[in-house]
Amino acid sequence: MKSVLAALLFALAGSAGWAADRVPRPALGAARGEQCVAEPAFMRRNHMDLLKHQRDETVHRGVRDPRASLKGCIDCHASAETGSVAAAKTDFCVSCHSYAAVKVDCFECHASKPAGKTMAIAR
Amino acid sequence: MNTGDTEARNDDASGAREALAGRRAFLGIAAAGAGGALLAPGIHLIEVAQAAAPAGAAQGANPKVRWGLLIDTTKCASGCNECVTACQTENGLGTGTSPTDPQWIRKVEIKEIKTGRTASLPVMCQHCAEPPCVDVCPTGASFKRADGIVLVDRHICIGCRYCMMACPYKARSFVHEPLADQKPDVPRGKGCVESCTLCVHRVDRGGQPACVEACAKAGHHAMLFGDLNDPASEIAQRVRQVATTQLRADLAVDPGVRYAGL
Repeated sequence: MKSVLAALLFALAGSAGWAADRVPRPALGAARGEQCVAEPAFMRRNHMDLLKHQRDETVHRGVRDPRASLKGCIDCHASAETGSVAAAKTDFCVSCHSYAAVKVDCFECHASKPAGKTMAIAR
Repeated sequence: MNTGDTEARNDDASGAREALAGRRAFLGIAAAGAGGALLAPGIHLIEVAQAAAPAGAAQGANPKVRWGLLIDTTKCASGCNECVTACQTENGLGTGTSPTDPQWIRKVEIKEIKTGRTASLPVMCQHCAEPPCVDVCPTGASFKRADGIVLVDRHICIGCRYCMMACPYKARSFVHEPLADQKPDVPRGKGCVESCTLCVHRVDRGGQPACVEACAKAGHHAMLFGDLNDPASEIAQRVRQVATTQLRADLAVDPGVRYAGL
């Protein structure tokens, strides 16, 4: 019974849309690609663990599984305007991280743009 | 050395996934009620991807392999800088020449005083079997991969530069300045030590280091990359036939980079 009630509440909140919400929401643009590596609810909570696990696998063991690689995330989630996930406040990573007040250090070393775009700028 | 750690982490991950299953079942019911309306406009309802990794995904560094380089100094042209330029382009290093600018590969001109014979050769990280940089690293950031490539894990490096002191080949650099527009394959940042990676991102895809390709493209063919452990590989055959030396062999660090004609 409780879960049905929760579902009903969710549906009501959903149909009202974010705009009617008193709490400001991070602006997440549409992603390229058909589907993410896991469902969005899981990714929102666990993307950092997936990335950290993959980071050690790749750096130390040379396992370059594109499934949970930062490069893979950037390829799909780079914004159409800036071509980056972290250049503007509305870009995918930064919008959520500034909303949650969690500092994202990745892009002090990692490129925040997919390969093609970075090369175009370098030229 | 990392296998144990990684397995432990795998277990953690699967444990966490099981714990999440209950919560996910609830979310599933909620989502079934609310449908797509839960999502903000502009976001697709994204399906769960197949859990299995794609077949043929990289198995990682092979411990049976020992990657190495053979540099034929008789073919290396004095004044040619193609390998250095290729390295800078591939890895997004600057072209600066100040003493504090990062440099992963450099050209060295040597001369035997008594005879006047000169030779030109590139020197980079020698990818030692017994790397002194790994011995001295206080955090474990400096490490040797299973296939013999010596790397710095910048996530762990604290920039103490002890490895730079320990390296007999002056192969490592420290990044002093903030960087921008790094290559997606080569993350780099201020405050870390770095050095030649043998273009590990290319090697893992089955390619060759950028310097080797550039040398061949320039028509010198002075650099040969390959698996020293595989008796059938070209590099293993060449080091069997031709007299080659390791730089500072007296230090017994057993470099993976060998030089012919020195």
